[in-house]
Amino acid sequence: MSHPAPSGLAARLWQWRYILLRRVSQFIILLLFFGTVHWGWEVAKDVPLLSGNLSGSKFIGLIPMADPFAALQIFLAGHVLQTEAILGAAIVLGFYILVGGRVFCAWACPVNPVTDLAGWLRTRFDIRPTFILPRNTRYFVLVLTLILSVLTGVAAFEWVSPVGMMHREIIFGLGFGAAVLLAIFLFDLFILKHGWCGHLCPLGAFWSVVGKVNPTLRVRFDKTTCTHCGECAKVCPEPQVLNLKLLEEKGFVFSGECSNCGRCTPVCPENSLVFDFKPLIRAHNAQAQGSVSVSETQRRV
Amino acid sequence: MSADRRDFLVRLMQGATLASTGGLGWAYLLRQEARAQPFALRPPGALPGDDFNAACIKCGQCVVACPFDTLKLEPAGGNLPIGMPFFEPRQIPCYLCPTIPCMKACPTGALSPKLKDINDSRMGLAVIDTENCLSWKGLRCEICHRECPIKGKAITLETHPRQISKHAMFIPVVHSNACTGCGICVRACPTTEPAIRILPHALIQGKIGDHYRLGWTREDSITQEFDASGAAPTISAPTNAPSGPVKGKATDYLNEGL
Repeated sequence: MSHPAPSGLAARLWQWRYILLRRVSQFIILLLFFGTVHWGWEVAKDVPLLSGNLSGSKFIGLIPMADPFAALQIFLAGHVLQTEAILGAAIVLGFYILVGGRVFCAWACPVNPVTDLAGWLRTRFDIRPTFILPRNTRYFVLVLTLILSVLTGVAAFEWVSPVGMMHREIIFGLGFGAAVLLAIFLFDLFILKHGWCGHLCPLGAFWSVVGKVNPTLRVRFDKTTCTHCGECAKVCPEPQVLNLKLLEEKGFVFSGECSNCGRCTPVCPENSLVFDFKPLIRAHNAQAQGSVSVSETQRRV
Repeated sequence: MSADRRDFLVRLMQGATLASTGGLGWAYLLRQEARAQPFALRPPGALPGDDFNAACIKCGQCVVACPFDTLKLEPAGGNLPIGMPFFEPRQIPCYLCPTIPCMKACPTGALSPKLKDINDSRMGLAVIDTENCLSWKGLRCEICHRECPIKGKAITLETHPRQISKHAMFIPVVHSNACTGCGICVRACPTTEPAIRILPHALIQGKIGDHYRLGWTREDSITQEFDASGAAPTISAPTNAPSGPVKGKATDYLNEGL
């Protein structure tokens, strides 16, 4: 029951393994784009390593990638995309359908470290919320994005996206986007906890919808060992996905809003929350439950 | 009306109001951003105006593909639409790569693959400030003409003889049917501020209208039956019967009754 306090650097790093991995992943993605523009990284002559940015890119001059949400907005704005962009959007969409939609948010999005920092500071200094906003506001913003794209004839979110601004301006040169980022940071820090990523961002909402069908990687929930201590919900940026009653029924964190960030797994004192390959989760939980009922009957005997 | 239903309707209205006011502000922002686009010089093959705004995904692959670092992406809060590729010819003009790598890099078709020959691109049109052009002042400059990659077509020289003891004026003239808007002339112009500029066509080009007929460019007789519906005029044989609308040659009509 007692939480094993991490001692020593190695234990501490191990405790933070997913956060570190996520930062490395976010940094490497930015670095590949940045290096290709500024240091001319190429795999062969005139074949750039990773050209473009998160909206649209080409890897080793071969694999096109495009933000499916941006592609959808452009289509609604009245432009029929070229094959390359459609293929790119399909590749990215396919990837995130496999690993979980909001894996983008936790592992690729450049805004995530900013809002994570705000969230961490907020917990640390115990800043109370100014007001409460329903978490599903983001789905309304998502629908509004699509409607406005039709009405205005431009990709409505892409033209104001702080995600796009940050990524573009780090790679292609600074501008007013830095101020927008600061605004988001302050909003998350002083106004609303996890305000941008958890309440407003329509891109996150889009990936939440995609994430409903994640067939591979999920956090497994073992109800036989869980003591309902609530450590997981304290660190989770989307604590509504850790509704333990529903998790007991399903046996894993099923919500599309879970970004597979892995914060909950190292803090769980009972290891009730662990990443697992989804098709194996059911079998594992059945076995765990079986062994519990066996030990209970043995005790009774 | 039951309390539940009333509550539902009120909540619906609250949500709709929030969404529409928020949407209005958002749409205003988008309109303001899009409004800046007439001033942008875009990469070769860019779709016209609003079509480009709709199609560009702001990925910057054209910027990466440009071997001369001509293209830049507009950051947020700039004078041009956010995330748009553009170039400033006085800094670095477009050097008209025959392979058009920027267009080939575009994944969405915002830089249209219909552009096959770089010389057919129309990024803008060169205009000369005749008050500050050295050639127009009577100096031998003509640098824009010599630097022009399509010289003799996009920029030609007109000679204007002057009085004895002054050499003739050699005046550069831009022709829109050949000028690509690459801006190499702008880069080369030796005046402190360039006396030749590239501007988007819509900002400078007029249109004379179909009702003007330049007689000296036509082989047929100037005055024919005028068809107000705008259909192409046809030459008809002069008729002697003056009944109905007057037809025939102007001379016949004017001499009638003499």
